[in-house]
This record gives sequence, C-alpha cells and structure tokens, in this order.
Amino acid sequence: MSESIARPAAAFQGLRIWWTMLKISLEERLVYRGDFALGTLMRFLPIVTQVFLWTAVFAATSKSDIGGYSRNDIVAYYLLTMVTRAFSSMPGLSTGIARSVRDGSVKKFLVQPVDYLSFLLAARVAHKLVYYAVAVLPFASVFFFCRSYFPPVPDATTIAAFLTSLVLSFLLGFFMEATLGMLGFWFMEVSSIVFGYMLVQYLLSGHMFPIDLLAGVPTGIAGVSLADVVHWLPFEYTAYFSSAVWLGKVQGAQLVWALAIEATWVVVMAVACRIAWRRGTRRYSAFGG
Amino acid sequence: MNRYFAIFLTFARACLVRDMTFRANFILECVTSLGWMSMNLAFYLLVFTFTPEIGKGTGWSKEPFFAFVATGMIINAIVQAFFMPSAEELTEMVRTGGLDAVLVQPLDAQFLLSMHRVDFSALANGLVGVGLLAWAVPRMDYAPPPVAWLLYPLLIICGVAILYGFVIMLAAATILMGRNQSLYDFWFYITNFSRYPAEIYSGPWGSPLRMLCTFVIPILLVVNVPARVIAQPFTGQTWIGVAAAVIAAVAALVVSRIVFQRALAAYRSASS
Repeated sequence: MSESIARPAAAFQGLRIWWTMLKISLEERLVYRGDFALGTLMRFLPIVTQVFLWTAVFAATSKSDIGGYSRNDIVAYYLLTMVTRAFSSMPGLSTGIARSVRDGSVKKFLVQPVDYLSFLLAARVAHKLVYYAVAVLPFASVFFFCRSYFPPVPDATTIAAFLTSLVLSFLLGFFMEATLGMLGFWFMEVSSIVFGYMLVQYLLSGHMFPIDLLAGVPTGIAGVSLADVVHWLPFEYTAYFSSAVWLGKVQGAQLVWALAIEATWVVVMAVACRIAWRRGTRRYSAFGG
Repeated sequence: MNRYFAIFLTFARACLVRDMTFRANFILECVTSLGWMSMNLAFYLLVFTFTPEIGKGTGWSKEPFFAFVATGMIINAIVQAFFMPSAEELTEMVRTGGLDAVLVQPLDAQFLLSMHRVDFSALANGLVGVGLLAWAVPRMDYAPPPVAWLLYPLLIICGVAILYGFVIMLAAATILMGRNQSLYDFWFYITNFSRYPAEIYSGPWGSPLRMLCTFVIPILLVVNVPARVIAQPFTGQTWIGVAAAVIAAVAALVVSRIVFQRALAAYRSASS
C-alpha cells in the first residue's frame, strides 16, 4: 500500500526536478537572446547560395531532373533540411560534455541526485524550445516566400511520418553527440574528433546535397552504389530522411521500414551513450575541491 | 612600422613554437582542415557529373571553376591563419573584461586584437589551393597572359584586405554588443556568398543581390576579381573589376578602422 503511494510521489518528484532543469535552461538561453536571434537568422544565408548554385546548374544542363530531383525539389529539399537540422543539430553538446569532464565540473552530477544525461536532455529541450520560438517567424516567412518550390501538401499519414521522423531525429542527434562527448573520459581533447565527426555528418547526413545524387557513384562492389552504403548508416536520419519523406521520395512500406530503422538507431545510440557514461564515470577521477 | 612588423614576427614565432609543442594536434588540425576542403571539392566534382558548367554560357566549366575555388582557398587560408584566431578570442575578452589589459598596452589596439595569434594549420588549405590552381590553369582552354599573373597576387592581397575589413567590423560589433558568439558564424555565412562565381546571382532576385554584394558589401569582389583575371579571357572589363577590387580594399580598411575606433570609444569595461 505504502509502496503504491510512494511510487507516484517519486514520479512527481522526478517531474519536478525535470521541470526545474528545463526552467533554468530556458532562463539561461534567454539571457543573450539578441545573439541567439542573430545566430538563428544567419542560418538561412547558406541556403540562398545553394538555391542560386543549383539554379545555375539546371540552367546549364539539358536535364529536367538530377538524381530524381527537379530544380524546385532541390530548393524545397534544402529548406526542409533546415527544419530537420533545427531538430537534430546539437551545437556545443559534445564539446560541452568533454569540457565538463576535463575541468571537473561533471563531478557535481556524481554526488547530486540529478542524472547528467537527463539534465543535458532537459537543457537541450529548453534550447530547442527557445530556438523554435525565435525561429518560427523567419522559418514561416521563408517557407511562405518559397512556397512555389514545394509540391502540394502531402496527406495526413505522410505529415505524421514527417513529424515522427523529426522527433526521432532530435533524439538521435542528441544521443549521437552525447556519446561523442563521453569520449572526453578517455581523451583529454576531443575537439578534433568532434570536427572530424561534423565533417562526416555534414557529408553523409544529406545536409550538403540529397543522398540520392550518390546513386550513380560506384563503390567497387557490384550493384552497390555510394547512396546504398550511406542508407545503412544513421547519419541520413539527421537531415536527409525527413526532407525526403515530405517530398514523397520515401513512401509506403519503405517509409514504415525506414522509421523503424530510425527508431532502432535511437535506441542503439541511447544505450551506447548510457554505457559510455557508466564506463567513463567508473574510470573518472577528480582531485581538489 | 618596423616595430610592428617585428612584434608580429614575435607573435608568429610564439604561435609556431606552441603549435610545434603539440605536433600531433597540429597535424590533426591540418588533416581535419584538409578533410573539409576535400569534401567541398568532392561536392563540386559531383556537381560537374551533372552539368558541363556553372550557369549557361558563363565560361565557368570544370577547370576554370576549380581555379576559382583554388583562389578562394588561398584567400580564406590567409585570413583564417592570420586574423580569425585573434578575432575569435575577442568575444570572450569583451565579456570577461580581458580587453582592458590590451587597451593599456603601448601598441595599437586593432593591431594587437587582430594579429596576436596565428593559426599555421590553416595555411595547409592555402597550399592545397596553390596545388589546385597549378592543376587547373594548364588544363583550361585559355592561357592567362603575363599581366594576369602580375595582377593576381595584388588582387589576392585586395581580397584579404576586404575580408580583414569585415573581420574588424565584426570585432567592433562584438565590442558594442557585449557578446557576439555568432561572430565566426556570421563571417562564415557572409563569405559563403563569395564562394561561387558572381554569374550565378542572376534573375529578379539574384541581380539585386549581386549589386548589393558588389557595391554595398563588396564580398563578391574578394574571389571573383582575382579568379576572373586568371580563369577568364582578359578584356577591358577585367580592368574595371581590378579597379573596383582595389577601391573596395582601401575602403574596407579605412571604414573598418573608423568603426573599430568608435566601438572602442564606446567600450565599457566588464571587469572590476
């Protein structure tokens, strides 16, 4: 009887801690809101050059589509990857974790009744909430302004799959970068590893160009293109996949299967992150006050 | 002037000693930097599997375009090596009050704040740029005349001067805003416009953008003018571009100096 009462109380306590962590992070994020708003607006600038570049490419070629993408599809794709990246990108997460290990500030999470990963997740949710609040207007304006590039709004099932893929991309991005940050327990400096990861991620996530463009690039294995290899990796779920879903490039059973793979990658990375944290804290040692 | 040059050499030597102390890290930084460049080059190679040139009738086919990219790599490597590392530190110096220590030094504050740190690993991209240029130019349909080769280094310096002006103005913005973590991002996004030939900015939206990025924020002159001199036929129009680049470089240096001095005058220390 007492156990059944204690369980909801503990759950409530857990929620309260989570809510407090979220509130602190929101307030922290809003302190430098001018800098934050400026950073948000600037992220649209590279899209402009990409639009002009691909317009020039289509103007020079006799083809009406490249890799299954028309010029409008390509523009829509880049804009949609901005949405996906707004969910999956985790600026400063891995370097922040590594820094907290290096300077010893991580030790407070070893003695306080606060789970470090939950704290980081709450902070990241807060970061994203502030980001969406600031970015919704520029995003809406750009999408309205560029509405002619988009195909008709897809059906409700596709929209639901798109939204699911965005939530999963957030979790996948978080756990991938957090796992990377945990390398700080083994290496003093991870900035070069993080930079290397960012390069690979930028190329293989489809942030740079739609992965379908690699379909014609051979790998040396008969019948396997570079696009096939990239589809086996988790990176495409942090940029390409959601955009491809909205544009109708992934449909039906293939869509269900891909969402299941994305969810599996989230679980795999969450487990990897938890294992890295456990093993890392076991070998971690701090001295002084 | 000689005194400043000697001090700059001392800074550079200290940075080189520091880099060589952590050799493995230095090599890793060079490798990652080259990785980023290789990725971009791979992207351009992929693009050229779908099209013979960038923009119909622009003359920016594969080899001239790679000469363009190489020019951009050389200019950016110089800026990244000599000016950006110092500018990146400024944002924390303003926020923590570390700028005060710089202002009491018997040296020009702009010199000290923009040139005290040198990132030698960034020069690796410049070397690749030179190699890429050496690969691309002999393969072009057109051979640059001797005057183009004489103007090329001068225009590279003009491109660096224009970008230096931007770095200084962004540094001034940092001083005025108190914190500007987006400084580096902003520089990256703005210079992004200079990464492609100006011809791609055409049409009802592209043409005004091209005007803006040529005459108001002369970012399109940075790479386009030197690259055009070397990779496109040398005509009377080329001289107009050369004159515009020289004027823009001088203007960028003068205006950025004025803006930076005004920002320093408005600076209020953050330290106790």
